[in-house]
Amino acid sequence: METNAVNYHRKINLRWLLNMAWRDSRKNHSRLFLFISAIVFGIAALVAIYSFKYNVQNDVNGQAATLIGADLSISGNKPVSASLKQLLDSLGDERSQERSFASMAYFPKSKDTRLVQVRALQGGFPYYGSIETTPAEAGTSFKKGKMALVDKTLMLQFNAHPGDSIKIGNSLFLITGILNRAPGQSGVVAGIAPVVYIPMQYLEQTGLLKIGSRVNYSFYYKYNKPVNMDRLTKKIDPTLDKAGMRYETIEGRKENTGRNFGDLSKFLSLVGFVALLLGCVGVASAVHIYVREKIASIAIMRCLGVKSSEAFLIYLIQIVGIGLIGSVTGAALGTAIQHLLPLLFKDFLPFSISVQISWMAIGQGILLGVIISILFALLPLISIRNISPLNTLRMSFDTVNPSRDPLRWLVYLLIMLFIICFTFLQLGSWMGSIFFTLGILAAFTILAAVAWLLMRVMKLLINDSWSYLWRQGFANLYRPNNQTLILMVSIGLSTMFICILFFIQSILIGQVSLSASGNQSNMILFDIQNNQKDSVADLTRKQGLPILQQVPIVTLRIEQINGKTAADLQKDSTIKISHGVFAYEYRVTFRDSLSESEKLTDGTWVGKAQPGKDVPVSIEENLAKRASLKIGDKIIFNVQGVQMPAYVSSIRKVNWGKVQTNFQVVFPTGVLEDAPQFQVLLTHVPSNKASAAFQRAVVRSFPNVSIIDLGLILSVLDELLSKISYVIRFMSAFSILTGIVVLIASLRISKYQRIQESVLLRTLGASRKQIFVITALEYLFLGSLSALTGIAIAFGGSWLLAKYSFEVPYTVSYLPAVILFFIISILTVIIGLLNSRGILNKPPLEILRTNA
Amino acid sequence: METILHITDLSKTYQSAGRTLTVLSDINFIIAAGSTNAIVGPSGSGKTTLLGLCAGLDRSSSGSVQLNNINLSSLTEDQRAQVRNQHIGFIFQNFQLLPTLTALENVMVPLELRNEKNIRAKALDLLDKVGLAERGHHYPSQLSGGEQQRVSLARAFSNAPKILFADEPTGNLDAETSEKVVKLIFDLNKEAGTTLVLVTHDLELAAKTQRIIRIKGGKLIADEKTING
Repeated sequence: METNAVNYHRKINLRWLLNMAWRDSRKNHSRLFLFISAIVFGIAALVAIYSFKYNVQNDVNGQAATLIGADLSISGNKPVSASLKQLLDSLGDERSQERSFASMAYFPKSKDTRLVQVRALQGGFPYYGSIETTPAEAGTSFKKGKMALVDKTLMLQFNAHPGDSIKIGNSLFLITGILNRAPGQSGVVAGIAPVVYIPMQYLEQTGLLKIGSRVNYSFYYKYNKPVNMDRLTKKIDPTLDKAGMRYETIEGRKENTGRNFGDLSKFLSLVGFVALLLGCVGVASAVHIYVREKIASIAIMRCLGVKSSEAFLIYLIQIVGIGLIGSVTGAALGTAIQHLLPLLFKDFLPFSISVQISWMAIGQGILLGVIISILFALLPLISIRNISPLNTLRMSFDTVNPSRDPLRWLVYLLIMLFIICFTFLQLGSWMGSIFFTLGILAAFTILAAVAWLLMRVMKLLINDSWSYLWRQGFANLYRPNNQTLILMVSIGLSTMFICILFFIQSILIGQVSLSASGNQSNMILFDIQNNQKDSVADLTRKQGLPILQQVPIVTLRIEQINGKTAADLQKDSTIKISHGVFAYEYRVTFRDSLSESEKLTDGTWVGKAQPGKDVPVSIEENLAKRASLKIGDKIIFNVQGVQMPAYVSSIRKVNWGKVQTNFQVVFPTGVLEDAPQFQVLLTHVPSNKASAAFQRAVVRSFPNVSIIDLGLILSVLDELLSKISYVIRFMSAFSILTGIVVLIASLRISKYQRIQESVLLRTLGASRKQIFVITALEYLFLGSLSALTGIAIAFGGSWLLAKYSFEVPYTVSYLPAVILFFIISILTVIIGLLNSRGILNKPPLEILRTNA
Repeated sequence: METILHITDLSKTYQSAGRTLTVLSDINFIIAAGSTNAIVGPSGSGKTTLLGLCAGLDRSSSGSVQLNNINLSSLTEDQRAQVRNQHIGFIFQNFQLLPTLTALENVMVPLELRNEKNIRAKALDLLDKVGLAERGHHYPSQLSGGEQQRVSLARAFSNAPKILFADEPTGNLDAETSEKVVKLIFDLNKEAGTTLVLVTHDLELAAKTQRIIRIKGGKLIADEKTING
C-alpha cells in the first residue's frame, strides 16, 4: 500500500495557529469580550486588594518606628518591684514612662461625663513620629503644666475647645490641644476608648491610683547608637516574663501589624476570589455556547485537514488572548480602584497609607486571570477534539457523550485543586480551603440538581390543557439547546454569594444589638472601692435605677498548676499549659451559687469553703482547656502576695455574649472576703438623659468610679460595624457586578439559541405580544427559581457559618433576601426581554438573513 | 485503468433508541482515477452517508474504503484529516465556507495546512479561475450563493486533489447559477484531471457524468455507464 504518499506527521505550525485564531475570532470580538468581561471585576477586586496589601506592607515597614514611638517599649499591669526598676532604669539612652487606665472624665462646661483612657506621660516619648495635635506644639507643651490633650471625637461630642477644662479624678486640667492621633492608635480604637493625655507629675493628685485599680505601666526607650535588639531582648526576656511584663521592638511591631493586616487582606482577597469564581462560571458557560456555535466552522476545518489538536489549540489561543485582555482590563480597573481603599480603611489603620502602582499585584492578577479563564474554558474546549468533520454534511450526527471523555474529569480535578490551593494561599488552612471548595461544589451540585429536576418536572407537568403561551414558555426550559442548567447555576451562584454576604452582616449586627435589647443591664460601674459599695448602691437606688448585679472582684495570679510553675513551663516543652495562663492577671469573684449565664459541665459546685482546707474553685471551660485542668487538679493562686492553695471542683460553660460580669475563676464564699478588692455594679438606665444624670451624680460623689455606658459602646460598635459592612459591601459589589455581567452574557448567548425559534414562530404568524409573553414567562420562571435556590443555599450556608465559624445564634433579616429575590427575578426578565427586542422589532426575513 | 477508490462490503449502522438502524448495507464498487461519477437516490437512501464514508469523514461499521490505495478504515481521525488535506477536495450543498474568513483566506487554508509556498498568489489564481479575483477580500456573508459556491470550488481545487467529492453542489442555487457552477465544476475537473464523485438527486446533473451509481434503502441497486462513459 502506498500509505507513504501521505505525510501523517505534520508539525504544529504555531504561526498559522495564531493566524487562524485571530481570523476565526474576527467577527466575534464583541461577543468574546462580553464573555471575558465576566472576569474583569473579579480580577479588579483582587488586584485592588493585592495592591493595597503591598502598599500597607511598605507603609508598615516605613512607619513601624512611628507606630511604636520608641526603639523598645516594655509594659505590664502591675507596679514594678525595686529590682525590676533597677533593670528598667539601666536600659536605653533616653527613657519615658506612661501610666494608662480607664477613668471617668468630667467636662465642667457642659457637665458631661464619659469613660476615657487616661494616659499619664513623662519624658520625651514619642521619640519617632509625634503625638498629632491641634495646635501642633500642644503635643509636647502639655507636659509643662497641669494641661491635657483630649481626643478629637470627645472634643466634638461635648463641644469642647482648647482653653476649656477637663476633670480627671480629683484634678482639673486645662485642655491645651486636640489629640488627632496618638502614636500607633487607629480611629476605631479611639472611638471606643478616647484618649486623654496628662503629664505624669499630676497623676498622684487625681487620686485615681488606688489598690485594685487597673493600671497599665509602660516604659519607652530610645537608643542613640544602634543596638542589637535581638540580643538585648533575649537577655531581659526571662526577668520581664517573671514579672508578667512584655516588650515590643520596632521589628516586632512590623511583624504584628503586617500579620494583622495580612489577615484582613486575606479575608478581602477571598471575597474578591468569590467574584472571580462567579465570573468563571460565566466564562465556562459562555465558552460552552461559543464552541457549540463554532461546531460548523470546526467541522469545516477538520474536513479540510485540520487535526483535532490544532482545532483545539486555535480556540485555546483565542481564550488565552481574551483572558489576557480581560485580566489586563481588570488589573487596570483594580489599580484605579485601590485609590479608594485607603479611604475605606482609614479608620482601621494606625498609620497613613500611600497609593502606589504595585506591579507585583498587577502581575499576580493577570496571571490568575489567565490561568482561571483557561481552566474554566477547558471544559467546553476539550469537546472540540471530538467534533467530527461529518458535521459538514449532517449536524445531527454529532453524538459524542462529553461525560465519557476522561480529560473532562481531569479538568474538574484541576479546577478543584486550583480552588483549594488558591484558598489555602489566602486562608493558610487546608481544612478551611477544603471546606470552602466543598461548599462551592455543594452549591454547584444543588443548583445543577434543581435545574435537572425542573426540566424533568416540567416535561411531566405540561399538557394540552395549558394555554399555548404558557406551554411554549415553560417548554423552552427543557427543549434541546435550553439554557436552564447554565442560567440556574450562574444566576443561582451569584444570588447565593450576594445573599450570604448580606446574611453574615445581618448576623453580626444582630448579635450586637441583641445584647442591648430588653431590660438587660446597659451600664456598668467598676473600680468601686469596698468602702464605697453601699453608698454607690444607695445613690443608684435614689436615681430610681435597679441594681441588677453587684459583685466583688479580687485580682490574683496563678502561681502553680499541679506543682508546675511558669519557669517549669519554659524548661519543659512537653507541659501542655498555655504560656499566658501564668502571666495573666485574673479578676475573680466569690459567691455561693452559679449565675444565670453559667452551666456546670463537669464536677460539683461548692458554694462555701471549709476553713483550713484547700479551696474548691470553679474554672471556665476555655481556661480549663488552655491550662489543661481537670477536676481535682491543684492550683496555687497568688492573691496579691498571699499564696492560696486550691483545687478544681467544677468546670463551667459561660455565655460570654450576655452583658453581665462573667469570670474565668469563681471562688466559693468564706475565702476572699477580706482580700483587697473592688466592686462592680450593673444597672439598667432607661434613657440617654437618665444615663447622663446618673453618670454626673456618680462622678461628682465618687470620682474614682468608672462607668461603661453600653448605649455609647453600642453606638460606637454600630458605627464600627457599619464601617466594616461598608467595606464588605464594597467588596461584594464586585460579585454583584460580576453576577450581572454573567447574567447578561448568559442571556445574550441564549439569544442566539432562541432567535431561530422565535423567528419561526413569527413566520408562522405569532404576534409580537405572544413572543414577548413566551420569553417573559421563561425568564421569569428561570430567574425566580434560580434566585430562590440561591437564597435557600445562602440560608443553609450562613447557618453553617454562624454555628461553626462565628459561633453565634442564627438570626437573619429576611428583608434583603426578599428584595434580592425580586431584583434578580425582574432583572433576569428585563435582560431576557432586552435581548429579544431585536427579534421582536424586526421583520423575520431580515433576521433570518443576518443569521444565515 | 488505475483505481482511485475501492469500496468493499461497506455497511453503516446506527444505534437509535435502542434499535439498530442500517443505513448502508454491503456496498461494493470501484472508481477509476480521472472518471466522473454520480451517486443518485431518493432522500434518505444513504447517498450522503456513503459520500461521508468514501471521503473519510466517518468510519464504516464494516467493510473497507481504500482511497488512493490507503485503507481509510485503519486510520485514526487525525490521519484521515491528513489524507483529506493531501488527496481530497470537497464541495457542499451549503458551501461550508468559514464565515469569519474572507473568500481569499478560505481558499488559502488547505494550502497553508500543506505549508506550501506562494500561497496567496496560488489562491488568487484559483479565485481568478472561478471569476472572483476581485472579491477575495469579501466575507462569505457578503457574497451571493453562487459566488460562495465558486469560492468553495476554488478551495476544493486548491490542494490539487486526486478526488473531488461534491454533495448536492447545486442544491441551494437557482437554475441559472446552477448551470454556471456545474460547468465550472466539470471544466476545472477536466483541467486538473481529478476524479469526481457527485452526490445528487438531480438526474439531469448526474447524466453529465460518465457513470451513475443508484442507491435505494441503503443498497446499491444499479451501476451504469452514461452516454459520456
